[in-house]
Amino acid sequence: MRTIDLAKTALRDLNQDLHRQSAGTNEARWEVINPMGSHAVAVGVDAPITIDIRGSVGYYCAGMNKQAIVTVHGSAGPGVAENMMSGEVRITGDASQYAGATGRGGLLVIEGNAASRCGVSMKGIDIVVKGSIGHMSAFMAQSGHLVVLGDAGDALGDSIYEAKLYVRGTVKSLGADCIEKDMRAEHHDELAGLLAKAGISGVQTSEFKRYGSSRKLYTFNIDNADAY
Amino acid sequence: MTYQNPPTTPRKSATFDDYTLSEIRRAAQTGIYDIRGGGAKRRVPHFDDLLFLGASISRYPLEGYREKCSTAVTLGTRFAKKPIELKIPITIAGMSFGALSAGAKEALGRGATIAGTSTTTGDGGMTPEERGQSKTLVYQYLPSRYGMNPDDLRKADAIEIVVGQGAKPGGGGMLLGQKISDRVAEMRNLPKGIDQRSACRHPDWTGPDDLEIKIQELREITDWEKPIYLKIGGTRPYYDVALAVKAGADVIVLDGMQGGTAATQEVFIENVGLPTLACIRPAVQALQDLGMHRKVQLIVSGGLRNGADVAKALALGADAVSIGIAALVALGDNDPAYEQEYQALGTTAGAYDDWHEGKDPAGITTQDPELMARFDPIKGGRRLANYLKVMTLEVQTIARACGHNHIHNLEPEDLCALTLEAAAMARVPLAGTTWVPGQGNGSL
Repeated sequence: MRTIDLAKTALRDLNQDLHRQSAGTNEARWEVINPMGSHAVAVGVDAPITIDIRGSVGYYCAGMNKQAIVTVHGSAGPGVAENMMSGEVRITGDASQYAGATGRGGLLVIEGNAASRCGVSMKGIDIVVKGSIGHMSAFMAQSGHLVVLGDAGDALGDSIYEAKLYVRGTVKSLGADCIEKDMRAEHHDELAGLLAKAGISGVQTSEFKRYGSSRKLYTFNIDNADAY
Repeated sequence: MTYQNPPTTPRKSATFDDYTLSEIRRAAQTGIYDIRGGGAKRRVPHFDDLLFLGASISRYPLEGYREKCSTAVTLGTRFAKKPIELKIPITIAGMSFGALSAGAKEALGRGATIAGTSTTTGDGGMTPEERGQSKTLVYQYLPSRYGMNPDDLRKADAIEIVVGQGAKPGGGGMLLGQKISDRVAEMRNLPKGIDQRSACRHPDWTGPDDLEIKIQELREITDWEKPIYLKIGGTRPYYDVALAVKAGADVIVLDGMQGGTAATQEVFIENVGLPTLACIRPAVQALQDLGMHRKVQLIVSGGLRNGADVAKALALGADAVSIGIAALVALGDNDPAYEQEYQALGTTAGAYDDWHEGKDPAGITTQDPELMARFDPIKGGRRLANYLKVMTLEVQTIARACGHNHIHNLEPEDLCALTLEAAAMARVPLAGTTWVPGQGNGSL
């Protein structure tokens, strides 16, 4: 296992080392110590490697991740796993705002809480939050899934497109064009799969409600002007 | 005998002119504001209001067709390992696949490559046609992040973070459902046929401090190789440029209100933002105040049409310019050859701006397969290359006449203004005087 001490190694050198990895690399396990809230740790990785970051990170950790399994043993600043393409990013603590923003694939698990705008403009990523999420989460969410075991703040799913939201706790309010939808059998199956993928047990899918788009604002109509 | 008043000529109001009346009627009929493409059409102070003084006893000109006048430009020298080297100072502005056909994007790449300059993606991602035909391609990083992915980011030669554009600073966009083909929908991760909103602000940063960190992330992802451009609409150019420098931009793209958009509200285009002419000097002043003029390069766009416009922008302190609408016209947009079809759409060649409807007879601003088939990307590319060549020759002609052996040696002292407004905005003397409005009384 390669251990990189960010107290001694420049961030640029760490990221460039990670970018040199590809499928079949012998350096498949990485550990980053002393991140000390650094921004842009392990960004742009495109290799089937595991990266354990021991401590909290700043903005955009694991941004645009492909293939890698990244675990932050601590909390993450804004924009963790932004525009992630594939792989898995796990935060053992809390995540700040914009977690998983515009993510296009892969799995983001936040074991604590996530702040506002979690999953903003998500485009295919799956996000599972064990705690609660802040306001304006899943704003303009296009596709993918957001699972929340706790509560959701104001304006959940505002201007949502085709993303699917599952919330176990209370939703303070729904945003424009976001409605509660029936939990049919296929949704229970889908949710069970997402929970299993995130390694979460001990909760029943029947405890969740599903939210998504009413699709009334998909095509601009002046009669809907009051909704905006 | 009856008395008759002498007849008077029917008089229309200057305030309620024909266009204004038609817009009131249209609004009353439809209940919705007008959406269109392009930039501001109203008359605003512009490069036409400036003149070059040329050489005289105190200035020594260079020989046309003989003495060299260099046009090469290097962009992104501040932090990037691989700055952009261009043969000419005229670049092609960002225009999206979706708003434009794939063939039109390809033609822009072909033309730019022949001419030795760069082209730019747009809101909708990078197409293989465009990347394949563009020697130097700038990849836009937009609020919507449609199509954004690290592979394309690394394929790009530079990255342009779009904060705003001159046609609609502070506004997002809407690509209407009729232009959302299967391919456009797939690239944007959205269902076919629905209206697609392009966000007005970025989803994962707010303010200049965040922006600095976002730029750092993009540099880390691309191993500090790519120049990072920052595109802003002309609103508060002095402060925005200063903040862009603070945030770590290599290049600043500054777009005035005559700059085009694929579609937005007419009221927005015509009433928000500054004319291009009013943007340049405050931007250059900010760079100079920070000691960064020529170190952080400035690209100016918004209504540039010919070599004279380019030369004037450079003389005011820009390092390069960017063209959008003019490039589309060079490809064949609004060509009178399609006049009958423009009339069938309720308009005329030269005025067609309903680009969002996807019915462009020239096959450029459309995703309709039949209309797209009319457009030949190879011919279009050649036309654009010709146009860029002419513009460059025109810049050289003026620069030589002013005694400069490089286009970057053009300076404000080469210029005078025809109007008070232009003199004030460009901070050059009113023609025939030494008076720069706002900078003392001057004297003849």
